Amino acid sequence: MKLHVLSVLVEDKPGVLARVSSMFARRGFNIHSLAVGPAADPGNSIMTVVVDAAEIEQVVKQLRKLINTLKITELDPSESVEREVMLVRVSADATQRSELLDAATVFKAKAVDVGATSITFEITGTPSKVNDFLELIRPYGLIDVVKSGWIALARDSKSRNLRAIS
Amino acid sequence: MKITVATALIKALEFEGVDVMFGHPGGAILPAYDPLYDSSIRHILARHEQGAGHMAEGYAQATGRVGVAMATSGPGATNLVTSLANAYMDSVPIVAITGQVPTHAIGNDAFQEAHTWGITMPATKHNYLVTDPTDIPDVIHEAFHLAGTGRPGPVLVDLPKDILNTEIEWHTPTGQVDLPGYKPNTKGHPLQIRAAVELILSAERPVLYAGGGIIAAGASPQLLELAEKANLPVTTTLMARGAFPDMHPLSLGMPGMHGTYAAITAIQKADLLIAIGARFDDRVTGNPDSFAPHAKVIHADIDPSEIGKVRTAEVPIVGDARIVLDQLISKLDRTLDGREAPAHEDWLETIRAWQRDKVVGYDQEAGGPIKPQYVVEELYRITGGDAIVVAGVGQHQMWASVLWKYSKPRTWINSGGLGTMGYAIPAAIGAKVGMPDRLVYAIDGDGCFQMTMQELTTASTEGVPIKIAVINNNNLGMVRQWQRLFYDGRFSQTELTDHTPDYVKLAEALGCVGLRAEQPSEVAPVIEKSLAINDRPVVVEFKVDPDEMVFPMVPAGGSNDNVALSVEDLK
Repeated sequence: MKLHVLSVLVEDKPGVLARVSSMFARRGFNIHSLAVGPAADPGNSIMTVVVDAAEIEQVVKQLRKLINTLKITELDPSESVEREVMLVRVSADATQRSELLDAATVFKAKAVDVGATSITFEITGTPSKVNDFLELIRPYGLIDVVKSGWIALARDSKSRNLRAIS
Repeated sequence: MKITVATALIKALEFEGVDVMFGHPGGAILPAYDPLYDSSIRHILARHEQGAGHMAEGYAQATGRVGVAMATSGPGATNLVTSLANAYMDSVPIVAITGQVPTHAIGNDAFQEAHTWGITMPATKHNYLVTDPTDIPDVIHEAFHLAGTGRPGPVLVDLPKDILNTEIEWHTPTGQVDLPGYKPNTKGHPLQIRAAVELILSAERPVLYAGGGIIAAGASPQLLELAEKANLPVTTTLMARGAFPDMHPLSLGMPGMHGTYAAITAIQKADLLIAIGARFDDRVTGNPDSFAPHAKVIHADIDPSEIGKVRTAEVPIVGDARIVLDQLISKLDRTLDGREAPAHEDWLETIRAWQRDKVVGYDQEAGGPIKPQYVVEELYRITGGDAIVVAGVGQHQMWASVLWKYSKPRTWINSGGLGTMGYAIPAAIGAKVGMPDRLVYAIDGDGCFQMTMQELTTASTEGVPIKIAVINNNNLGMVRQWQRLFYDGRFSQTELTDHTPDYVKLAEALGCVGLRAEQPSEVAPVIEKSLAINDRPVVVEFKVDPDEMVFPMVPAGGSNDNVALSVEDLK
């Protein structure tokens, strides 16, 4: 499944996230990931939406149709920076600790909590790197995982503005 | 001078030019009903909020202006939802005003509280929950702007009771709207216009596929001009009936599931389909994979999301139907530079042969029973077609659509996309209120009639003399037709025979005149009689043959290559 990353600038009005998710549900689109936060301009928000490639044209057009949507940019992975944050708690007794900490060093993950039977790591990176780390430590026994969803930003003046057909 | 938000609301509606609105009061919306008492706006008191919503739609469809409906919180708002969904599907411009529980009570499961904003979000073009009282004049102005421009549709404004009671300084809306994310593109891209004209001039078997967007844009004159200039046969969808005159030699009639053989087959054989303000609905395309298999597609629509949704367009054009047609016509003129466009003689002759040979009919025997098709044809003959026809949903709707010869836009009103049974009576009331000098004749089924018949009281008490022909087959006819064809004639829950009201007595009880025809010979006289009564609404019951079925027919999801003209063709 090929994924596409959309950066969606919306007006920061009450319920705008509900409008977007309601539209996705109404149209039967799959959201792979959705993250939202304030934009550079006050009064606007940026959503990073990751969707299936097969639906991309209709997703963009239906998003544009929402009155509160200002701009949609499709981010090409080669011309943008994509990041995800993950917090993961993994089983670790005293004998496994150093092995896990070594793996974490390679992935630049940080141990943010160490207990008698588990370690909690924080990792920031490309979504694929975060996944690789998760798979590496999975055999030790995952207790809890939480991910931020993808966030992405175009590299310097290389974004492609996907406008609706006109 | 300070006024309440409720007073400002009514002032704002007056400012938008509203002369009539349809609604039903209740607790949370009460503050708005008080200033309405002194307003110039006429309020039609519906007997159910769904009726109020459909009246606003009928008003909008008949006049082209934005219809207004008002209801209270909770059940008032939820009862409006069907009309909102209907208006969204058929692109009907209405503004709905709803009361809401006071802001401090929102979320506490207060009396008559419903999450109106959330419930109506997927059924409206846009909606508002007003929390800043000073916003009201601008919100109402925005709501009318959104409802009536671009692709028209329903907009809802939810007003908590404490907000309605707050005092504010009135300010006249500036006329500017602050909607940076809403800029409908109305003019087609010149390169696409050029590409479209090239395709039109090189096509051998073109078909112009006209949708409801033609009527919304007021583009009928342009449609006629383009069709005549380029010799293009025209099919008008269920939402576009009347956009092109049915009696015109280039008219194919309606496409789709119950369309004419000529329209369906012309599309199947076409090498170019010019879709304007149409959306390739499944009732038009049947199985989309086998729809118009040889055709290149020019698709013009004001809503970019309709283009490529069902069918990829070789030439996509985003724009208003009237402006795009004007562009196509002038580009065509310049390209032809005095020469004649291709006449398409062979193609038009092929179509004429289908129109001659592939027709369906019915036999009206003098001894009865009355055939439903005969009723529609007699209504057409006796009125001279000079009426606004309003239909519900089902067999009667299909017959009213295809047997009537429409010649003007906004003379055919029905529920197309959502298929809302019960649409006819309230929509007819709305249409008659908007066009009081026109004859408004609803053609309804007995199943539909029983869904909204309480609005006859609205018609009689408000002095709205509509006429309703009830095509009574004592059945849910279209469902029965499907049961006969696809469920081995197992008529599960479609026979209304033993549970049907006396429509004449019912009409009288609700303040209308009730008439009845049981024999073919009575059909014309009761229609004449109904036309002579203009001081009250008239209900005319026609007891018809329950076994008549709507043909032609392409079964749902089937290929449009297989048009059934009769039951035998489906075997």
